[in-house]
Amino acid sequence: MKLSNKFKFTGRRQTIIFAASLLLPLSVVAANQFPAPDAEQVKRGEYLSRAANCMGCHTTRGGEPYAGGRTLKTPFGEFVTPNITPDNETGIGRWSGEDFWQALHFGKGRDGSYLYPVFPYTEYTKVTREDADAIFAYLRSLKPVAQTNPPHKINPPYDNQFLLFLWRTWYFKEGVHEPDNSKSEEWNRGNYLVQGLGHCNACHTPRNVWGATQDSKLAGGEIMGTYWYAPSLISPLEAGVGEWSIDEIVKLLSTGINKHAVTSGPMATVVRQSLQYLSPEDIRAMAVYLQSIGEKRSRNEALKKIPPMPERVSKYLALGKPVYEKHCQGCHGESGEGVPGIYPPLAGNRNVTMTSPHNTIRSVLYGGFPPVTAGNPRPYGMPPFQHIIRDNEIAWVVSYIRNTWGNLGSLVSPEEVDSSRGNEF
Amino acid sequence: MKFIVFILLWAIVGSANALELGASEIPDTLEQRVKPCIICHGDEDRAGRDAYYPRIAGKPAGYLFNQLRNFRDGRRYYQAMAILLENMSDDYLLEIAHYFSSLKYPYPQPTANTLSPDETQAVETLIHSGDPDRDIPACSACHGKALTGTKPFIPSLLGLPHAYLAAQFGGWRNGGIMRGQTPDCMSEIAKKMTQKEVNALAMWLPTQPVTGEPAEMEELTPELMQRCHTILSGEGFIQ
Repeated sequence: MKLSNKFKFTGRRQTIIFAASLLLPLSVVAANQFPAPDAEQVKRGEYLSRAANCMGCHTTRGGEPYAGGRTLKTPFGEFVTPNITPDNETGIGRWSGEDFWQALHFGKGRDGSYLYPVFPYTEYTKVTREDADAIFAYLRSLKPVAQTNPPHKINPPYDNQFLLFLWRTWYFKEGVHEPDNSKSEEWNRGNYLVQGLGHCNACHTPRNVWGATQDSKLAGGEIMGTYWYAPSLISPLEAGVGEWSIDEIVKLLSTGINKHAVTSGPMATVVRQSLQYLSPEDIRAMAVYLQSIGEKRSRNEALKKIPPMPERVSKYLALGKPVYEKHCQGCHGESGEGVPGIYPPLAGNRNVTMTSPHNTIRSVLYGGFPPVTAGNPRPYGMPPFQHIIRDNEIAWVVSYIRNTWGNLGSLVSPEEVDSSRGNEF
Repeated sequence: MKFIVFILLWAIVGSANALELGASEIPDTLEQRVKPCIICHGDEDRAGRDAYYPRIAGKPAGYLFNQLRNFRDGRRYYQAMAILLENMSDDYLLEIAHYFSSLKYPYPQPTANTLSPDETQAVETLIHSGDPDRDIPACSACHGKALTGTKPFIPSLLGLPHAYLAAQFGGWRNGGIMRGQTPDCMSEIAKKMTQKEVNALAMWLPTQPVTGEPAEMEELTPELMQRCHTILSGEGFIQ
């Protein structure tokens, strides 16, 4: 093993030297595999790895940061994130900058094998070499953690590298982000952060049966291995922000809460781990980009004319009213108006009315606190109701809030409440 | 006349303001912020559909702080707590721990002792002397002579109902929903006791009235400090 690594190392070295003789100006960068630690670069890398939220997947609950070991469940098997601290035996201690670039940009492991797209190289491929080198410099500056993580448990036949090769041919397009010169610098920065480093697509896009993200349009989708739905960032019926002001978008992304909405579930974690640390300029750039891709229709325009409600539907909804009054009204108000910045409004709340009721059901089942951020250091919380009220009552109350105060959504059944249970803990 | 109209107008405007305030008048207090906790952890212990919810009022702050972090970081397992605490900071959890620690609610009345004199004798020996042959320390050595805990990391053994005590011992002995800090000295000690002893302890402790102040850390022996150092470390804890 050691020998072959050594051989490969020399081989690559030779290739580089050969390439260097052809492309003299590039050789300085390419041959310099372990550049002297540059404090400025490391600092930049730390910031960029926050933006890319490497820690989010490469850390277990309560575990050593970046030492990996977190299990990501997918329909194709269970993937365990690797240790990316610079430990020689169990981490990336023996990696070169080029190895790191191969992984991030081409989705190839150090041994040349294809990586599974559970590692979002489909998005990270847009990251520039300069940024990738900075992230690598930062990771190399971390304290090495000797931690061997369990192997993946991939369901056959998906463990076949040839199938992965086919998948890549079909679904993976390699290439660094190309600025659109017709747009502002700020918009392009936002595009780079959303589509590249921030890999928002990994959740906010539907995946096909082969687990491939359908496009880069952020049209919303179920998050693999969780019971959460990541809403569309385009549609005014979901989480599209085409009609929000830049300041409102910035507030939600950087503090986890604004007057319209609160982040919950996996998005709350993204705000805590990543977005709250971004510079005001970068958050603003993301907001500018997200605002530009959101459809410019208000929710009301997007809603078709509301048909009259059949009597049996009104009867079903009436069941939810007393449940609402007993358990919800105290914070969310008599008319679902909420308290801005503290308790989110339910009237006109798109998380409540969107086609998938799962997120709302989960909020009722499990409650939660908005993420603790510099902008919201002592959040107000919502209690879990899973053990207080029964599934049928949760179905009634969720149906009620989806269809009161001008809201319009499908009715929810106790079976749907049950199927929203489950979690990754 | 003008005066009366003025007063009327003032009253109307005033009441309109009051109504508006009513909607957004959320107290800027920790009590309001942690209301979600009260649904289970009220002023008394409560048996729920899926689990047992102990009262947390008046427990030592360091102990609560450690437990909150254990739930968040997966060292102590309970799904509902893990989800609630997922995105909380140490600073906020410390504040919450101090808040619940400061609450003073009356303790439940002691229950009648249904153990035989022999059983009672055996339990009292375990409580005050332990069993050196099996390396079981006296309960009072850590939990204080009055058994009301040692500030700030060791909880009281009194004022707790039988069901809670039995569940905790079960968790330490068998794993399951309760994983303490690893390596946890209580887990190690509980495994050295017999099931009979555990049952008797869980029966005897609720028969004792809660009197006496919690002990101070200095009263712990160096040997026990070492044995239970994971519980007593509480990194980041500020009194």
